[in-house]
Amino acid sequence: MSTEFHRPSDIQLGRIAFRKRQAIRSVLLAALSTAVLGTLLGVLVTSAPGWDRVKESFFDWGNATEFLPQILEGLWLNIRMLVFCAFAALALGLLVAVLRTLRGPVFFPVRAIATLYTYSFRGLPLIIVIYLFAFGVPGLRLQGTPSVTVLGGAAIVITYGAYLAEVFRAGIESVHPSQIAAARSLGLTYRQSMRHVVLPQAVRRVAPPLLNDTVALQKDVGLISLAGPIDAIRAAQIGVAQNANFTPYVIAGVLFVLLALPLIGITDWATLRAARRQNAGT
Amino acid sequence: MDAADEIVPVLACQDVRKTFGSSVVLDGLTLDVGEHEVVALIGASGSGKSTLLRCVNLLAEIDDGTVRLDGEDITDPKADADLVRRKIGLVFQSYNLFPHMTVLDNITLAPIKVHGRPGAEAKAQAMEWLQRVGLADKAGSYPDRLSGGQQQRVAIVRALVNSPRLLLLDEVTSALDPELVGEVLTMIRDLKSDGMTMVLATHEMGFARQVADRVAFLDAGRVLEQGPPAQVLGDPVEARTRQFLARIIEAGRL
Repeated sequence: MSTEFHRPSDIQLGRIAFRKRQAIRSVLLAALSTAVLGTLLGVLVTSAPGWDRVKESFFDWGNATEFLPQILEGLWLNIRMLVFCAFAALALGLLVAVLRTLRGPVFFPVRAIATLYTYSFRGLPLIIVIYLFAFGVPGLRLQGTPSVTVLGGAAIVITYGAYLAEVFRAGIESVHPSQIAAARSLGLTYRQSMRHVVLPQAVRRVAPPLLNDTVALQKDVGLISLAGPIDAIRAAQIGVAQNANFTPYVIAGVLFVLLALPLIGITDWATLRAARRQNAGT
Repeated sequence: MDAADEIVPVLACQDVRKTFGSSVVLDGLTLDVGEHEVVALIGASGSGKSTLLRCVNLLAEIDDGTVRLDGEDITDPKADADLVRRKIGLVFQSYNLFPHMTVLDNITLAPIKVHGRPGAEAKAQAMEWLQRVGLADKAGSYPDRLSGGQQQRVAIVRALVNSPRLLLLDEVTSALDPELVGEVLTMIRDLKSDGMTMVLATHEMGFARQVADRVAFLDAGRVLEQGPPAQVLGDPVEARTRQFLARIIEAGRL
């Protein structure tokens, strides 16, 4: 292989220049079409007959600054819930997925329970699960019943665990049987094959959908406000009731979007990286 | 080739350069292939055989030089790669059949979706080809049910039904055991007698000798030596070619 400096030929220089021109043209076109569409939308919304009233009741600066501290305080609860629920749901999902792939008659009850769990909790609306947990469990009057916040979190973990379990299982089943054959041929046990060969491939392959579900979980964390705890949404609701102005909801919505951005960014990056890796070579 | 000098060659690679990061895989490679000609590319792994084929099919973008197909510069960024690829067939080392389609669907996909042929006609033509290569009974099977040699023959048929101007074969027998190699090589020999223009990267020196009109030895990203098989394989001029062939003979593959 030659290591000396290669001077591109005129043809290649022409090609490079052409591709550069194409790239500049694409950027300009994108900017132009964005500007046109943005202006059109802006004109359409602001020229609506009710725009002034909507602006007053949804985008009021005074209301925004008044309730921002309370909403932020509530958001802190959402963030803590999110971190805990995300990790707990991922762990639960992985566990259930592995249980569902166990073979052999001894494990039939385990498989059956795992299957029943994923079937029922994927069908059950999250709100109902939260109500059942937050209001039903304390009703049992057991010693040491945890707080409503913890119960609401458990409802989220159990619901999302069922979704994530199915994503993990899809990943496990997408690993070609020849991989297990190769692992078993080396003398690895079923558990070792799972742990060292199948799961690493499976998790990598399903990382994008897993992260996608985590983003969904992030916003559903707000539903625990239905059970009572004052999170960002409940704090906004209090603000709305106080001044009969919807601005606090918009603020809470914007904060949730900002909270989701880093995770969405990571998801896109992981998806891209997985696609690159899988498409490498032939 | 003398004949290729007079008329426009089917494939003309001129000073083709391809780099991957800091490694230069093709370094000013020049190669012409005339009509009905079969050129075998030989050389060590990493000498650029597969990369050249991928560049010709525009699956990889070259970093300098030109590739012409029937005189038309296909490496021009304005050229429509999809239109170019319609005229070139490529067969991969690991078959790359679509595992979710039957053999027949694999073959008729491009004729129907790309070339707009009526389904019945594409199907009839595919069956004709399968008949010819002795795989008519496998038309409804899925690729994973076939042996390697059968899969590779299906892959070749999949490329051929589009009547390409040029057929590229990328070490099509490397993944096959010696018994299965024979059935694929017989098929390629038949194609040669049909007059198909082919470029094949191969490690089968015996086959290159039988089927190729010309053998080109690639080394360090260039054609170091080329000529009739008897000359290049039997009495090579370059020391590097002799060294390569000596190793092949040692390994018992000539």
